[in-house]
Amino acid sequence: MIAASLGEVQTVVAARRLREASSVFIGVGRPSTAAILARRVHNPGLVLVYESGTVGAKPTRVPLSIGDGELAETADFIVSVPEMFNYWIGAGRIEVAFLGAAQVDRFANLNSTVIGAYDHPKARLPGAGGAPEIAAACGEVIVIVPHARRTFVEKLDFVTSVGHGTGPGSRRQLGFRGAGPSAVITDLGVLEPDPATCELTLTAMHPGVELEAIRAATGWDLHVSDDLKPTEPPTVQELTVLRGLTSR
Amino acid sequence: MAELTGLGEGLRELVSDGDSVALEGFTHLIPFAAGHELLRQGRAELELIRMTPDVLYDQMIGMGAARKLVFSYGGNPGVGSLHRFRDAIEHGWPREIEVEEHSHAGMANAYAAGASGLPCALLRGYVGTDLIARTRVEPVVCPFTGERLVAVPALRPDVAIVHAQEADRRGNVQLWGIPGVQKEALLAASRTLVTVERVLDELEPRPGGVVIPTWQLDAVAHVPRGSLPSYSHGVTDRDNDFYRFWDQVSRDRDAFAAWMSEHVLGGVAAR
Repeated sequence: MIAASLGEVQTVVAARRLREASSVFIGVGRPSTAAILARRVHNPGLVLVYESGTVGAKPTRVPLSIGDGELAETADFIVSVPEMFNYWIGAGRIEVAFLGAAQVDRFANLNSTVIGAYDHPKARLPGAGGAPEIAAACGEVIVIVPHARRTFVEKLDFVTSVGHGTGPGSRRQLGFRGAGPSAVITDLGVLEPDPATCELTLTAMHPGVELEAIRAATGWDLHVSDDLKPTEPPTVQELTVLRGLTSR
Repeated sequence: MAELTGLGEGLRELVSDGDSVALEGFTHLIPFAAGHELLRQGRAELELIRMTPDVLYDQMIGMGAARKLVFSYGGNPGVGSLHRFRDAIEHGWPREIEVEEHSHAGMANAYAAGASGLPCALLRGYVGTDLIARTRVEPVVCPFTGERLVAVPALRPDVAIVHAQEADRRGNVQLWGIPGVQKEALLAASRTLVTVERVLDELEPRPGGVVIPTWQLDAVAHVPRGSLPSYSHGVTDRDNDFYRFWDQVSRDRDAFAAWMSEHVLGGVAAR
């Protein structure tokens, strides 16, 4: 079997985070792939919740859009968008949320709105979507992003959703009910907020990745855990199922 | 009571230049045929409202039909950027466009407030983000608990246009699958038009179906395949290849204009 790519490792590590979860909120792309993989390999009872309103979807392939017909056909039930955001997300009924972003800072605050100035952006990104309220209200948030200097920035160009704000106490002060980001999973490693400072700290490194490469791809002076661990490589089963999902 | 009408006639009757228009559809049942007909009719200066402006609004913005966009997520779902939307905001091409952006929660609640006849909706949202300074929300305090919340003003489009699977001859409409925010958009709007895949003698309400009664609608037009390349659950399939293809054709201004000219403007005007 061909060795796992770093992207595949990232997906597998994200999937493993869902072992104990009862429900996960997902968008399209790698988060969706990871959640489908988790349901197939690690946690068959996992409830997949898509923003489109499909709750308990059981896709057999990775959907292109969050509104693909298969999600609606296989869902336990389907709700309207207002119901999704009020009853399910806003009220804190979803345990884990996967979020992506164009920029992340050391407190796992996220930007998916603009690169550059808001009024004259260098790049106009899609915008908030569900992220602000998902980040505030879901039980915990796992951020899935590529590890690159343009992504891991000292200062966000725009705060689209709040992670740990400016540090300890921020979320409580803002009245958020969810615990916020518990991990940022990249294609190089895993970062977790330090329990005392909330600052993202490197806690795991994927196979074959050098610490220096991670430092170089991070736009701030990265803290490294004293307990830095190597990522457990994907198993044959994880890789086989993952490749089956993405090759279709 | 809704009138059964031709798409062209119905839109000419209901939509004028300068109107705020919501062509809703959340990843499903997107009213492409109606949007294209608005372009053929040459509608201009529109305030386009939609939670997820995807390819249809990319086309309408790229053709210069919009003066303003109210939205919460502007992407080509699963594919990437909307290049015409980006070009309009980043470079003012083909014209400058005013933007009012929200979160999904904010916009969904704004529609619900509009449908409820309320001036605003309350939610726990936007807090701590830079959006607050860029959009229309105000902090409020709950009079019962003292909790700090956010108020978002009701959305009340001049016109809402949606696509559904079926209607009966009296103009009652039913849709199912992912219901999105279409019911709220219709009930929030001053004027409404629904395009449908089929017209039946009698609607059979189905479990999970969303029924909008004829006495809350203005016009219903029979437009089979009217949501393609989006889809109508149980009737047509989403054309995922088109969404990928759009990423290519929409990158270039000339290629875009040529495609629109051939496939949309050159299309036969609806009756």
